[in-house]
Amino acid sequence: MSSSIETLVNKEYQYGFVTDVDSDTLPPGLNEDVVRLISSKKNEPEWLLEWRLKAYKRWLTMTEPHWPNVKYAPINYQGARYYSAPKSVKPLQSLDEVDPELLSTYKKLGISLTEQKMLSGVAVDAIFDSVSVGTTMKEELSKHGVVFCSFSEAVHNHPELIQQYLGSVVPYSDNFFAALNSAVFSDGSFCYIPKGVRCPLELSTYFRINAAETGQFERTLIVADEGAHVSYLEGCTAPKRSTNQLHAAVVELVALDRSTIKYSTVQNWYAGDKEGVGGIYNFVTKRGKAHADAKISWTQVETGSAITWKYPSVILLGDNSVGEFYSVAVVNNKQQADTGTKMIHIGKNTKSTIISKGISAGEGQNSYRGRVQILPKAEGARNYTQCDSMLIGNTCGAHTFPYIEVANNSSTTEHEASTSKIGEDQIFYCKARGLSAEHAISLIVSGFCREVFKELPMEFALEAQQLLGITLEGSVG
Amino acid sequence: MNAPAATRYAEAFGQLDTAAAPPWLAALRTAALAEFNALGFPTTRNEDWHFTSVTPIADRTFRNATSTGAPTAAEILALTVGDASWPRAVFVNGQCDPTLSTLGALTTAGVRVSTLTAAIKDTPEFVADHLGKLATFSAQAFTAFNTAFAQDGLVVHVPRSLVVDLPLHIIHVADAQAAGCMLHPRLLVVAEPLSQFNIVESFVSLNGTEYFTNAVAEISVGDGARLHHHKVQRESTEAFHVGTVQVSQGRNSLFHSFSYASGAALSRTNIYTRLLGEAAETRLNGLYLVDGTQHADHQTWVEHIAPSCASRELYKGILDGHAHGVFNGKVFVDPEAQKTDGKQSNHVLLLSPTARVDAKPQLEIFADDVKCTHGSTVGRLDELALFYMKSRGIGDENSRALLTYAFAADVLETVELDALRNGLERIAFERFTHSTQL
Amino acid sequence: MLTIDNLHANAGDKAILKGISLTVNAGEVHAIMGPNGSGKSTLAQVIAGHPGFEVTKGSITYVGQDLLEMDPEVRAQQGVFLAFQYPVEIPGVTNAYFLRSAYNELRKAHGKEEMDPMEFLDLMEQKLKVVDMDPAMLQRSVNAGFSGGEKKRNEILQMAVLEPKLAILDETDSGLDIDALRVVAGGVNALKRPDNATIVVTHYQRLLNHIVPDFVHVLAGGKIVKSGGKELALELEAKGYDWLVGTA
Repeated sequence: MSSSIETLVNKEYQYGFVTDVDSDTLPPGLNEDVVRLISSKKNEPEWLLEWRLKAYKRWLTMTEPHWPNVKYAPINYQGARYYSAPKSVKPLQSLDEVDPELLSTYKKLGISLTEQKMLSGVAVDAIFDSVSVGTTMKEELSKHGVVFCSFSEAVHNHPELIQQYLGSVVPYSDNFFAALNSAVFSDGSFCYIPKGVRCPLELSTYFRINAAETGQFERTLIVADEGAHVSYLEGCTAPKRSTNQLHAAVVELVALDRSTIKYSTVQNWYAGDKEGVGGIYNFVTKRGKAHADAKISWTQVETGSAITWKYPSVILLGDNSVGEFYSVAVVNNKQQADTGTKMIHIGKNTKSTIISKGISAGEGQNSYRGRVQILPKAEGARNYTQCDSMLIGNTCGAHTFPYIEVANNSSTTEHEASTSKIGEDQIFYCKARGLSAEHAISLIVSGFCREVFKELPMEFALEAQQLLGITLEGSVG
Repeated sequence: MNAPAATRYAEAFGQLDTAAAPPWLAALRTAALAEFNALGFPTTRNEDWHFTSVTPIADRTFRNATSTGAPTAAEILALTVGDASWPRAVFVNGQCDPTLSTLGALTTAGVRVSTLTAAIKDTPEFVADHLGKLATFSAQAFTAFNTAFAQDGLVVHVPRSLVVDLPLHIIHVADAQAAGCMLHPRLLVVAEPLSQFNIVESFVSLNGTEYFTNAVAEISVGDGARLHHHKVQRESTEAFHVGTVQVSQGRNSLFHSFSYASGAALSRTNIYTRLLGEAAETRLNGLYLVDGTQHADHQTWVEHIAPSCASRELYKGILDGHAHGVFNGKVFVDPEAQKTDGKQSNHVLLLSPTARVDAKPQLEIFADDVKCTHGSTVGRLDELALFYMKSRGIGDENSRALLTYAFAADVLETVELDALRNGLERIAFERFTHSTQL
Repeated sequence: MLTIDNLHANAGDKAILKGISLTVNAGEVHAIMGPNGSGKSTLAQVIAGHPGFEVTKGSITYVGQDLLEMDPEVRAQQGVFLAFQYPVEIPGVTNAYFLRSAYNELRKAHGKEEMDPMEFLDLMEQKLKVVDMDPAMLQRSVNAGFSGGEKKRNEILQMAVLEPKLAILDETDSGLDIDALRVVAGGVNALKRPDNATIVVTHYQRLLNHIVPDFVHVLAGGKIVKSGGKELALELEAKGYDWLVGTA
């Protein structure tokens, strides 16, 4: 390694504290009774239990996928707990009833669950371990007919919407982790934007894993009705623990004709320590279905997790629909990420853009895996893909696995990729203008990610930039 | 459901004339057969064969080729591109025909060229030292298949510091007697340090019959040596072709590969090169032109193992009718391979609405001080350029033909042998314009 | 201000500078000339602290301090400025942000408050005039996609903002047409004050018509082979370097 890039002491993960709350936790293990128990704890209707059981039975026949470019010890699915909820959570009348310990947790995370968020124009749903602990700004939203609540509430209050759309984008049989999630998901967020409504607030969910040995399996479903418009933010943290914890979430987006869904994620699950002990296994299925003239845009900043395995995708079903994927994935120490997207062009004149920035430091391994599929009927479809990797230090790796499948000759696909190390000459140039090496690298890296950061809502962009700095601290000097 | 390959090919293996084989070769063949039997033909579940199904090959049981229709040199040369005066080695249905071959000029120049059969007899140690050492068959079903069944082939040894301008043209011909047969030609090239040499390998067919060519070439390019390998695959459109070129490169060496593919119902070309010595350079270029229901797959692997090596890759595909093109280009950079400079481009033109292409340009990088890029585009002819040409009075068909030819022109320009480049330009031009005027 | 004494420097195993001694006082303009490969650019980069060169012998004293002990960023904060021969591109980082970061580092180093973006924009407005630059350039990425002339102008803009004590212009004239050369030289002259000094590294005399040196030094084979006044530059222009290189 060069003289100007030398190792500093790693900055500690700042969200690694554990909250001491009384929890209602199931013993470890998974069987049909556990699925039934989860369903009954949530007082679910029969159809949902049946759906869960079908998913569970399907899961039993499936094997864990090993094609991603990541390595980890086998997961003991019978060793994990599939349900943990803070005991105090009963149907809440107002946020005042939330356990103060929980409120202070969210305060530490920088998320206010009180109505003061009104000022910043963000509505928040907070998920603690497996259940939602409170959703803010409901009244303001309901004035516009927007439904934003926990998944469990939605099952009871809007069963017709859940029944219509649950599994419509990611069927329970989709893949191993989606099947597992479908069987045991405990909560999540649901959001429905009625016809022609432009959601007046940014909707936001904060996920927090607290309990030990708990898997977190939340499910998010967003339905934008015709002509609706919504921007949704998702943030994630977890305490530091020396064991690996499984997070297998499913996100389904339904964008009906002429609607727009913008989904942004800042993922900062605990990444494990420098030796690779502990950390979250983040195995997530995210997919959206875009109907005619609709647009789905995924933006993600992935800095946490020991292992990330996720491919937010768009099925471009309707004519003229648009799919976008903007991603920054950073790995340091022993982190591994295999992430990318799938753009499936079915409708005519569909358009997709993929911008992926991978940064590898320490002994991190970063893989971009993307599939662009232009089906025979997708007349005039267009895709542009750019995927750039930056390497910091000589013990990391960057890998690019794009699959381009074109079956229509009126379509155009362009794919560009580059890999380079952070430039010594760039660092010297910055130093010659008085910047420290660390400042120089953070500047160069932010510049490298700029095309993605500018897609993030303002507050998130700042947070993302800081996270990037924290994640890379210690890798550069 | 067919019986496993192992059962179906046991008899053919038994028929091979192995009496003359030294024990090491017999052992190599037996081991290769065992590997082939264990692997069977690859399926699309195998990541390296994801886009290419070899079911048509796996479903058939090919025979050993035992006879030829004794074609004449004139008949064969009419099918090939290049200069008819080039020294040549002609293989008919997999067997070398010395009466059609003219190697005198190369022998005079100092290049040692002999058939595999002769080399095993005359220079057994040299063959034992090299055969199967580069093109290893572990987990490679088709290479194992070839290693077990290869009866004849060519051994080329270019001595140290020998610079020869005259190329060697290896012509593989299949005639009517090849119908239903499998041909397993083998080529071994050892270019010693500082030597320079050109090889052209042509695969042609005298009849439109169905047969299976499974060729393997292993090429060692020594320190400071420069070797150009050109492959012209114009098999019968009923035939199946799998060809693997496995190269290793020493310090400061240059390997240039050009692969042209327009034949075969189903073809797969593997060009694998390993950059073992510092500052070696590899250039891989190719052009594939297919239509009807043809399937043409190119797979290139460049393994940067030593530091400061450069790789340059440009592949172009033109697909018409219901043709299916596949390009999978892998660039692998080892942790030790600092200062690697890799560039790869793959561009595909789809002429018809029913043609399709799958591409997987892949980078796997484990070193930090590297510059690697790849670019891939798929599209049809530029409407604006077409309009521009038409507005200057050029008819639609002509405009399309000219633009299509222009698309292919830059990759053809990478061929340094004038006669070969001119010949390929001519056949590409004729194909698109249906005219012989260039 | 700057005293270089018997400076030797290597690039890898190769000796490039083989005993350079030079004194630069406040208010002076020194020109370093010489044929390609003479070590001119190396000297400039060693003064700025480029990590690619190793000083094997000799010393550089800058305002009474050992310059060689300082990191490049400390040298910059202490007023040493190198206008790069090949300014580096930093994609995605705007010129404005880059300049403000550099300017604030300088202020911090001197115990001053950081300047906020609005105030800084006002400052930039004045500085842009020095090099006749379009304000739109501030929103473009640092040097990315700039023409050769734009890059050189951008270097002088940075110099105008950072107001160095010691400015070293490394082949700032190369690749410039005559109009751009005038603008760049005009910028440098406008920034000249009695308490700062300039070292102009150049191959050609042309730039020195516009930035008039007090001293001219000829570098060949890693040593200064001749020093003189500004007339030496004209003599070199007429006679070339060969008559001097022989004596190296």
